[in-house]
Amino acid sequence: MLNIEIDGKATQVAPGTSVIEAAIALDIYIPHFCYHKKLSIAANCRMCLVEVEKAPKPLPACATPVTEGMKVHTASPLAVGAQKGVMEFLLINHPLDCPICDQGGECQLQDLAVGYGASASRYLEAKRVVFHKDLGPLISAEEMTRCIQCTRCIRFSQEIGGYMEFGMINRGEHAEIVSFVGKTIDSELSGNTIDLCPVGALTSKPFRFTARTWELSRRKSVSPHDSLGSNLVVQVKGDRVMRVLPLENEAINECWISDKDRFSYDALNGPERLRTPRIRQGGQWQDVDWPTALDFVVQGLSDIVARHGAPALGALVSPHATLEEAALAARLVRGLGSDNIDSRLRQSDFRGDAHAAGIPWLGMPVAEVSTLERVLVVGSFLRKDHPLVAQRLRQVARKGTVVSMLHSVDDDWLIKVAHKSIVAPSALVSSLAGVVVAAAAARGVAAPAAFAGIAPTVAEKAIAEAFTEGKRAAIFLGNYAVQHADFAQLHAAAQALAQITGATLGFLTEAANSVGAQLAGAVPQAGGMNAAAMLAEPRKAYLVLHAEADYDFARPQAARAAFRNAELTVVLTPFAQGLDDADVLLPVSPFTETAGSFVNCEGRLQDFHGVVKPAGDTRPGWKVLRVLGTLLKLPGFDAEAATDVRALVTSGAADLMAKLDNGTRLALSAPVAAPVDAGQGPGTPAERVADVPIYFADPLVRRSRPLALTVDSRPPTARMHASLLATLGVKDGGEVRVRQGGGEAVLTATADAAVPPGVLRLAAAHPSTSHLDGLSGPVTLERA
Amino acid sequence: MLSADLTRKIDRELTKYPPDQKQSAVMAALGYAQDEHGWLSTDLMDAVARYLDMPPVAVYEVASFYTMYNMRPQGRFKVTICTNLPCALSGANAAANHLKEKLGVDFNETTADGKFTLKEGECMGACGDAPVLLVNDRRMCGHMSHAKLDELVGELSAAADRGEGRPGFDPEHGIHVK
Repeated sequence: MLNIEIDGKATQVAPGTSVIEAAIALDIYIPHFCYHKKLSIAANCRMCLVEVEKAPKPLPACATPVTEGMKVHTASPLAVGAQKGVMEFLLINHPLDCPICDQGGECQLQDLAVGYGASASRYLEAKRVVFHKDLGPLISAEEMTRCIQCTRCIRFSQEIGGYMEFGMINRGEHAEIVSFVGKTIDSELSGNTIDLCPVGALTSKPFRFTARTWELSRRKSVSPHDSLGSNLVVQVKGDRVMRVLPLENEAINECWISDKDRFSYDALNGPERLRTPRIRQGGQWQDVDWPTALDFVVQGLSDIVARHGAPALGALVSPHATLEEAALAARLVRGLGSDNIDSRLRQSDFRGDAHAAGIPWLGMPVAEVSTLERVLVVGSFLRKDHPLVAQRLRQVARKGTVVSMLHSVDDDWLIKVAHKSIVAPSALVSSLAGVVVAAAAARGVAAPAAFAGIAPTVAEKAIAEAFTEGKRAAIFLGNYAVQHADFAQLHAAAQALAQITGATLGFLTEAANSVGAQLAGAVPQAGGMNAAAMLAEPRKAYLVLHAEADYDFARPQAARAAFRNAELTVVLTPFAQGLDDADVLLPVSPFTETAGSFVNCEGRLQDFHGVVKPAGDTRPGWKVLRVLGTLLKLPGFDAEAATDVRALVTSGAADLMAKLDNGTRLALSAPVAAPVDAGQGPGTPAERVADVPIYFADPLVRRSRPLALTVDSRPPTARMHASLLATLGVKDGGEVRVRQGGGEAVLTATADAAVPPGVLRLAAAHPSTSHLDGLSGPVTLERA
Repeated sequence: MLSADLTRKIDRELTKYPPDQKQSAVMAALGYAQDEHGWLSTDLMDAVARYLDMPPVAVYEVASFYTMYNMRPQGRFKVTICTNLPCALSGANAAANHLKEKLGVDFNETTADGKFTLKEGECMGACGDAPVLLVNDRRMCGHMSHAKLDELVGELSAAADRGEGRPGFDPEHGIHVK
């Protein structure tokens, strides 16, 4: 440790610390623009100049490492003089028109100009003009003249985003920030550059000029999207959510949020909100009041249970619903005598259910991901499904962590991936088995008997051998693995690998409340039907919470048919959706309008309050379910507040963690390569790999208008290897007819070298593909 | 976009750097690409970026930073005349005006026949020979009196007629000729 003194305060810091870090630790503020704790040091704004004793001139605090006995003065006449000089230079070319700037009131340059700027400019010559840029639908770069070239956006795109989308061209007075000629910024983390920009050069396109920062109330919330549970600050004006910003939480999202978290709020104020309960009578939708709607539901449910028995009722709960909603839905269904409830809507293989030791979870705290030395990610569209977990792995991979990938397409994670095994879906289990066999050989232990005769490939050996070194190792199963047709065996094989290598087995888990929904009992517990079974053997009545038949199910076709043919389908949703299939729509609150909680992938329960009043006649989902329970005269529906519901589910963190366990007792079986089934209709058979596009993943985000304009929201194409295109006789960009389970779709075909031969990569959760049968399985292809 | 000859030259540069730091060769690669094509089009920079495994914007940064990379089509001979102080004291401005008159173009313009582009440059480190100019970034000419300028223009014009110099831009036909 080094002894230093800043502004007369003595302290000890580790070697390698910069002066600005030491000052921050001492709670001394040094003005700065380009320095950011999560980014590399650029030292190009020069605002942090400080006086260091025995140094002949002021030094930049961000780029000066501390040395033994160093004495720093941050506010001496020399330091302040230097800072004022820098400020004068920065303001030479910066417009002095804060009142018409969108950043006004939350601008670091404006704030520091108050402290260090002169009251009038001495510069009388013409200022430079920098042309505006089109960076896409999320980031506005209309006023690039305001840019002070701190290069935070460039460093963010390189270091955190993983791909350099911003750059600085020309030099000196002509220097300007650009994306490569005419390109938009497409990173799923791009919105963070808006927060990073210390001036009004990069601003939020959807939010621009709609409110001033001082008009907004700041309220804490939790992201309802991916399984990370990013902490949010929701900014509200009146009863309207105006924008969403990150709330720093080093243990979860650090200081970032994904664009999905940031821009999905648009849907809250959108035209598709359902504002009153609706009942379908005689084929016509009618707006009704709550008592009528609830009475209709109570009558309907009681009648069906009386006539067909309780198992005729099924409940399907979105994993994006809150813990409280899931808990009361489970209580309601069980109270009526049915155990048919599930929240794993996109899963198709439930053979492991009877053998599961507990609720699948990450297997470690999120922050621990940043300390891993060896990681294998099995079946994940990591960058789009878990943008910030990918970001953590990106950082550690740069520092030497060996990240390996076992997947059905060579998806670009923008992470330095050391070893890859990319195989068709039907070979995924055997490839994982190959890794298990190779790992057993590397460790000198016996391979599982079920895997006898499997010869690992070079890639599988490399993945396995990476685990022989490094203490902190993990194997993560992604969303694709969980949605895989042979998930149970994948799970068992991953467990075998974890046992052999000593790695931790974890699930990245799909949604904000995937863990919480299971905790709340939204899974069959006493022999009830799972999500797939409830659709395969249609029920007479469905209670659907937040989910959409077209997009949120493993088999959208089956879901639509089941809902349509049921005697009663009650959908609790914030949006007017399911109009063709449902019988009752009850408007329930999205996350901003209700108290609730989510349990994220690491098992952390995060509760939040409503930040605005419910829109129209919308009511919090848990209250609707409570009233339904009471009207049905079921016991245990007397919760007064969301916290009471929470108390029914768990007594606290210790109780909650005890229920999480990734173990499975399912016996390993020899992997069988499923033959490609040609029974889907005429044409060439192939296997489907479906990703869930990032901005279609849940009902809220798929209604965000700015996100709908991004590159990630473009209609999916049928991506396949050039050899398959040749077999079909279709040119890259030509049209192809895809058939699956009686449904068909005509799509643009694109050649993609990242897709293995014989595989079709075609996204799910999109209108153009929702008539196909399922997320996985055989399809046939034909030239259209 | 990148010819076999060009990739061979870039490959030779790549051997000078560690295999995981291909981007170190970007300046040389852009130089060779410019020699072959005359200027760096967006497509050409994109191709260099792909070849060196770099983000395109990083290549664009380098190409726009250094003045010797041509970001627009140029004449067959780019004449860059220094107008910094020592040259200016030795008649660089008069020399520049003479060239402008003789060629009928201003700085940063290309003659109608596509033979010459005139540029204003910074110190080339040969102040003893002032005024100095540089032909196509490689050939340095000193003590540029009006007579020597006339001689040089005549020589380069004849060379351009023979198809020498860089692939130039033919403004008359609006095409890029080799």
